[in-house]
Amino acid sequence: MSAQILSALAAVITIVLVFDMLRRGLLKEKYAVLWLFFAGAALFFAIFPSVLSKISSSLGVVNPANLLFFFTIVLLVVVSVQLSYELSRHEARIRRLAEEIALLEERLRRMLPQEPHDGD
Amino acid sequence: MAHLLIAIPAWNEEGSIAAVIEKVRLHRPDADIVVVNDGSTDATAALAQQAGATVLSLPFNVGVGGAMRTAFLYAHRMGYSALVQVDADGQHDPADVDALIGGLSDADIVVGTRFHPTSMYFVGGPRRWAMVLLSKALSRMNGSAISDPTSGFRSAGPKAIRLFAVNYPAEYLGDTVGSLSIAIRNDLVIHEAPVTMYYRAIGRPSKNALWSALYLGRASLALMATILQRKAPTKGDAS
Repeated sequence: MSAQILSALAAVITIVLVFDMLRRGLLKEKYAVLWLFFAGAALFFAIFPSVLSKISSSLGVVNPANLLFFFTIVLLVVVSVQLSYELSRHEARIRRLAEEIALLEERLRRMLPQEPHDGD
Repeated sequence: MAHLLIAIPAWNEEGSIAAVIEKVRLHRPDADIVVVNDGSTDATAALAQQAGATVLSLPFNVGVGGAMRTAFLYAHRMGYSALVQVDADGQHDPADVDALIGGLSDADIVVGTRFHPTSMYFVGGPRRWAMVLLSKALSRMNGSAISDPTSGFRSAGPKAIRLFAVNYPAEYLGDTVGSLSIAIRNDLVIHEAPVTMYYRAIGRPSKNALWSALYLGRASLALMATILQRKAPTKGDAS
């Protein structure tokens, strides 16, 4: 029973946190939706553990908790890989921007009259 | 050969950059010189500009590969027909630029090799094995010998400039091994020419076994990544 309360609490905290971050513009919707879905599912299974037991017994999993762990791990791996992909894409874009800045800055320096600089 | 660009990637090379530019200009007064300042925190950019080079300053350090892609992008947009990469630390002899440019008449890329009968260059131990392995793999892919794939002293013709302006790997060793692999995959012709290489004036390259093993591992990975890459580099537009 206490494990049930604990997991429900964790899910609720996650939902509140994600909503708050979304509200403050710290999280984009596409990521928020994902986490809200996970937390919602966790909350659902915490409130109705019998559903989880039914699913796991129909899949031939003896301990319902194992099924939960399995799905959690799979989902986390998928999310991590997706984040690595996004990160790689952003690195490539940032690099391209850096190159463009270097070229633009050089062009600007050629076009503008020399500014008198102090120090440097 | 009209319109030659000499590209010097530099990261905190204030001690040698001016002298390198001076030497290159003395040898090839016909060439334009561009220094890609790769996020230096010292006076590299200012000194390069004083020495008369065009300076492209990257806002942060992106590595030799990133610096070189910037140079290729610049060469592509400014319409240069040949680009020679020269190191900023003074280990390349500008006199060899002629051979690298001359080779472009029947190749898209000419790699300056440090391994030839009259060379003073020698590497030993695991690092040597790693280089031999890389050389074997790339030579096989290329169809003709590339005995020194990690050499940063090389020239590129119009086709290579167009390719590398869009697709030039920033990863470790991508600037040397990876770029050659990409060129081979895109059917560019790669030849080599013997060059002289001076030992680094400042800083010794580390040479222990663990480092070499890591080096080989990362080089193999770099090679793999480019071999497995899709052939047409259509992503992104350089024009």
